[in-house]
Amino acid sequence: MGFYLVQFLTGLSDASALFLVACGLSLIFGVLRIVNLAHGSFYMLGAYIAFSLIAYLPQGAFFFWTGILLAALIVGLVGVILEVFLLRRLYSAPELFILFATFGVVLMVQDLSRWLFGAEDILGQMAPGLEGSIDIMGTLLPQYDIALIVIAPLILVGLWLLLNRTRWGILVRAATEDREMSSALGVNQTWLFTTVFFLGSCLAGLGGAVQLPKGGANLLMDLNMIAAAFVIVVVGGMGSIPGAYLASVIIGQLNSFGVLIFPQSTLFLMFLAMAVVLTIRPHGLFGEIEAEEHAAAQTAGTVLKPASKKVRLLGLILLILIFVLPVFVGQFTLVLMTEIALFALVSMSLYFLMTGGMVTFGHAAFFGGGAYSAALLVHHLQTPMELAIFFAPLAVGLLALIIGWFCVRLSGVYFAILTLAFAQICWSVVFQWAEFTGGDDGLLTIWPSKWASEKIVFYYLTMVLCIGGILLLRFFIFTPFGYTMRACRDSALRVDSIGINLRRHQWLAFAIAGVFAGLAGGVYVFSKGSVFPDEMAIPRSFDFLFMVLLGGVETLFGPVAGSAAYTWLHDKIARFDFWQLAIGCIFIFLVVAFPRGIAGSVHNRFGKFFED
Amino acid sequence: MADILEVHHLYKAFGGVKAVVDVSFNLKDGQLLAMIGPNGAGKSTCFNLINGQLRPDHGDIFIMGKNVNGSKPRDVWNLGVGRTFQITSTFASMSVLENVQMAQLSYYKRTKSLLQKVGRLYVDESMALLKLLGIEDQAERACGVLAYGDLKRVELAVALANKPKLLLMDEPTAGMGPSEAQNLMELTKDIVHTQNIGVLFTEHDMAVVFNHADRIIVLNRGELAAEGTPDEVQANEKVKEIYLGHGEPAGIGKKELIPADSKEA
Ligand SMILES: Nc1ncnc2c1ncn2[C@@H]1O[C@H](COP(=O)(O)OP(=O)(O)O)[C@@H](O)[C@H]1O
Ligand SMILES: [Mg+2]
Repeated sequence: MGFYLVQFLTGLSDASALFLVACGLSLIFGVLRIVNLAHGSFYMLGAYIAFSLIAYLPQGAFFFWTGILLAALIVGLVGVILEVFLLRRLYSAPELFILFATFGVVLMVQDLSRWLFGAEDILGQMAPGLEGSIDIMGTLLPQYDIALIVIAPLILVGLWLLLNRTRWGILVRAATEDREMSSALGVNQTWLFTTVFFLGSCLAGLGGAVQLPKGGANLLMDLNMIAAAFVIVVVGGMGSIPGAYLASVIIGQLNSFGVLIFPQSTLFLMFLAMAVVLTIRPHGLFGEIEAEEHAAAQTAGTVLKPASKKVRLLGLILLILIFVLPVFVGQFTLVLMTEIALFALVSMSLYFLMTGGMVTFGHAAFFGGGAYSAALLVHHLQTPMELAIFFAPLAVGLLALIIGWFCVRLSGVYFAILTLAFAQICWSVVFQWAEFTGGDDGLLTIWPSKWASEKIVFYYLTMVLCIGGILLLRFFIFTPFGYTMRACRDSALRVDSIGINLRRHQWLAFAIAGVFAGLAGGVYVFSKGSVFPDEMAIPRSFDFLFMVLLGGVETLFGPVAGSAAYTWLHDKIARFDFWQLAIGCIFIFLVVAFPRGIAGSVHNRFGKFFED
Repeated sequence: MADILEVHHLYKAFGGVKAVVDVSFNLKDGQLLAMIGPNGAGKSTCFNLINGQLRPDHGDIFIMGKNVNGSKPRDVWNLGVGRTFQITSTFASMSVLENVQMAQLSYYKRTKSLLQKVGRLYVDESMALLKLLGIEDQAERACGVLAYGDLKRVELAVALANKPKLLLMDEPTAGMGPSEAQNLMELTKDIVHTQNIGVLFTEHDMAVVFNHADRIIVLNRGELAAEGTPDEVQANEKVKEIYLGHGEPAGIGKKELIPADSKEA
């Protein structure tokens, strides 16, 4: 009995940090309509900064808590810097670009934290006076857990008072409910946005700081937390703070009791909880239905035309070059080209989804899923390469059907968030379930069959599969199904009123994209000989998005060009120690410099040349 | 003659706003039924209820004898209903022709086909519709750049691609000049009579209404205020009061309650 009670209380204390981070995220989204991916990074910064401050300040309970509060304030200020110097320039840009810019910040904070605080996991200091444990019917509960359990409801009440009893809070609520109206009422939006962003960031920092004695600080905190916070916000309902608390408690309890039931992956239970809630209430426990209307339509594309003669000629030349390339270059270039081709296929499958208005932030789950499917088949069942490459896309197609079933219920930013959360959960399963997947150490020695073991043979094999896949996807875009997808992106209302089941088409498209990304993953693992959880992680998803955006969403050729450019760039930059910092800067620079789309600008300049 | 559309005691409220209150009417095929009333009278809401975009709080709607309560817009389309929107909704990144082709693909249940390119599928049929509506010269232009009046025609072409038995047109002539509007309704009337379909439409230009409607229903603040032939409605004191007593709602002056002189125009 005591054991279960302690387990319950542990769950409640876990919920505290989750709640702090999620309600900050929700608050910022409600007012600014921005999904700040760097919110998890602020959480991580909160932990690191609190650790440094507490180490620096004198001993004692007073200074301990001062350190925690100071850390939260400092993180709040970092948030203000981000808002004032970056986000403010982007409010008129498409939502997805803003998401993209905030992901650039995630990468930068990653590397800066590694540089400032080191790569080693840090054990947090104990809270003075709360070092001991209390005995609950024979089971011990750390005293600090009690403090955590108390903190979350205190913050909840504090926020409630702030939002309901102060003029500022009333403005925040007005802006959350109706942005146009509040700006019409003459509310100073600039000031409101900055203060809300400050408070939201403070809460994230506080979350990181208060969990320090329990969980310490490490470099995986940011993305783990952002995925968890998304799950909470999706379950609780976007913009709802009580919803965030309830969802945090649910997730906290699932984590706590989940360890007993399914120790391999507690995050898997999070997936189940989210799945159940979304099936019953697509907008979360406390979500508003109107929320979906707010998810602004993607910027409409241009009319697609079949390739002009010049483009066809260019394609043909490219094909010939690819074919004769091995005669002229060394193995190193062949390996790089193989990688480019595989990434181009993944980007193309992502682009295919985007023509249907579905910008997924979790495409790495499909790519990595394909890689792991093939690797697991080889590792556990000694499956030959040919069969493994055949089954990998099928397995991923199935995965895409499961994930897609939930995701297509949402659209726009909500869709993006949900795909990201699902992908992170897939990653965590692979990462945590070490007996089966090798965990952090990955799966090694996954080599091609004998006949394909020569680099040059594998190069041709890859090229045939990738070019075939890319051309097939391109063909799909011009079929009735492809047209229907573009129709779904342009106007859900019109699609519905001409008798088309939007969700079913999007679901099918999701599965098709999954199959092709899975195929690329399946081949990829044999080209590398190994696979690691990184292939499924969030940064990978952003790599693919970046390739598509870099190449341009206006042309079918874009994803291929984007993959080539990005893979080449990545290859050059990845030799530096702090390359994530560099990539993050490039992300941000491109979004700020080309808020209407990177390749859109290029296309406008050179598009004319390729017309007939 | 069978009633193609029957509406029984329809109610719909948005929060405190009663948009539609106890509205009943019916429509036979081969008939043009105009629904008129001041702005905010509940006309568009009625359309949204009939085509399944909104669910009524109370009441029943029968389309060709089938109760469509709880149906989705796509189910209603599949019954053979075409609809145009007051605020046009087309596929902006597709050409006019492709918009109509899309509707054809749906009509022929080909939207899941992955085996052949769209290319010239249903192009002849679609072009025939565009020609009928006089926008064949716009066929290759993207809907995103079209003039509003032309967009209205695209919507009508899309609705007609369904070979509908019932056509719902919410302000089909908005954005058109007076003679253009008369022409479009004349055309609609032809289609109605040759294909024997029923049309429910709203319209703010009274000359168009009185020239072309077979029957008229008048909504005011969500309630059915009058119903009858154009002559009956025109003679109705209550209707005059609605239009004149409220000041003069957009586009509706005293003059326009008198039928335009040229019935043949
Ligand atoms: N989705 C909605 N939410 C809230 N109120 C609505 C909505 N749609 C219409 N209304 C209200 O219902 C009433 C009728 O609107 P509508 O049917 O559009 O009128 P009409 O088409 O006759 O001009 C108006 O008062 C309008 O404000
Ligand atoms: Mg209306």
